[in-house]
Amino acid sequence: MIIQALAFYLFAAVTSAAAFLVITVRNPVHSVLFLILTFFNAAGLFILLGAEFLAMILVIVYVGAVAVLFLFVVMMLDIDFVELRQGFLNYLPMGGAIGFVLALELVLVLGANSAIAIPAGMATSPTPPMADVTNTEALGRILYTDYVYLFQTAGLVLLVAMIGAIVLTLRTREGVKRQNISQQVARTPALGMELKDVKPGQGL
Amino acid sequence: MVDWASLWAGYGWPLLVMVGQIMLVLMGVLISIAFLLLADRKIWAAVMLRRGPNVVGPFGLLQSFADFIKFILKEIIIPDAANKGVFLLAPVVTVVLAFIAWAVIPFADGWVISDINVGMLYIFAISSLGVYGIIMAGWASNSKYPFLGALRSAAQMVSYEVSIGFVIVTVLLLAGSLNLSDIVRAQKTVWFFIPLFPMFVIFLILALAETNRPPFDLAEAESELVAGYMTEYSSVPYLLLMLGEYLNIVLMCAMATILFLGGWLPPFNVAPFTWVPEIVWFVLKMLLIFFYFAMVKAFVPRYRYDQLMRLGWKVFLPISLAWVVVTAGVLVTFDLAP
Repeated sequence: MIIQALAFYLFAAVTSAAAFLVITVRNPVHSVLFLILTFFNAAGLFILLGAEFLAMILVIVYVGAVAVLFLFVVMMLDIDFVELRQGFLNYLPMGGAIGFVLALELVLVLGANSAIAIPAGMATSPTPPMADVTNTEALGRILYTDYVYLFQTAGLVLLVAMIGAIVLTLRTREGVKRQNISQQVARTPALGMELKDVKPGQGL
Repeated sequence: MVDWASLWAGYGWPLLVMVGQIMLVLMGVLISIAFLLLADRKIWAAVMLRRGPNVVGPFGLLQSFADFIKFILKEIIIPDAANKGVFLLAPVVTVVLAFIAWAVIPFADGWVISDINVGMLYIFAISSLGVYGIIMAGWASNSKYPFLGALRSAAQMVSYEVSIGFVIVTVLLLAGSLNLSDIVRAQKTVWFFIPLFPMFVIFLILALAETNRPPFDLAEAESELVAGYMTEYSSVPYLLLMLGEYLNIVLMCAMATILFLGGWLPPFNVAPFTWVPEIVWFVLKMLLIFFYFAMVKAFVPRYRYDQLMRLGWKVFLPISLAWVVVTAGVLVTFDLAP
């Protein structure tokens, strides 16, 4: 048990420290790298909870894809740090208000969770016990049975967002040479060249 | 009062066993990398009708060790404009990520450091992190060519990972488990490369793209980017980047073996084949895939960048997506799902 506790405090401490560094370091690339460290340690916390599937998905989706794109964009930006700091006081009231509301909500959720006695029917988890099925199987059973409509709807929302992003960025410019592979493959010698009989002293 | 005996039995001994296993795998993989590197160069040379390295040791067998000593004796040069911390962190990240993936690879039945239930996802997660070493190296060098290499690599990896994910999903549908040992055991009747032959071919091509091997080595294209993201590196950091790259290649060989070629299983479950130890079959299959990697490097020209993107998004993604639907459909229709 003591090993688990030590691991928890290690992961939790690194998560908090890295999350703090994300918003305080000056270099945006370092900031993203600390964000990745935060995700990693959050995945470690998931594993301690026995949620191995969620931990792996967190790493694959957030670290493997989302953060790569973050890094990709941030690396190419030329950010002026002095200019960035100047607006700090203007944004402080608004940002502070949002932060306060979020903190309050967190406290309320935690307070409500510990204060309210959860009804007996809700406390029994909808998944079978961990010993019987693996994590992945349990999640799959729930997603594709009880919540199948919500799950499919979420998929549809993502599909619409994806198509929207493609439509917004798709533009065809005139006069740009594009490679059309089927056209290239279908080309025959008869289409590609013309044989001319050049008479001496006359040229074409 | 501390009960030392139970503490030793509970934590000390398992820790010792674990460290021993890790050391064994680490050493085995490192030594095989040394010879695989040589094999790569020899095969490459043979295709070009050259001799390849043949000076150090008999047939040049000790070439990799000579290279190793050369690398560690050189001076580490850090460019003035480089971001020093990240510059040195990048090779370390590359090698560490390349090594930790080996924790879940089953070399034979039961020969695995950590037999976790989400082994396949773990490998997928770790291999998708490989790009960070490249991006960090390219950015921290603070130089044109490494940066271009890093950008190319980031875009390439993100594009090809999607398809490789779908290829893995088809295998998982047939195996019905994310545990790598269970995936191998599910191939007792038939190795998955037979029912999933198109996916096997696509996986082999995507593996080249994931490991930045020719014809997809745009991140280090020597004819346009000097050495891409490795341009500013020298000595041990360079060695680590190189080692990480080869570790990833061998890992991909192991993945292809486990997913499609039946892992440690013999080709036929009859007498002369079953006498051979399981680990031998595993290594033989890996070597077969590695031979393919080496041959492709020798005779395929590099892709142009737009062709690479077209191939990933417009060819492999639709095919693999369609194959997932077909596989799932067939399994449900004929009630074959495990």
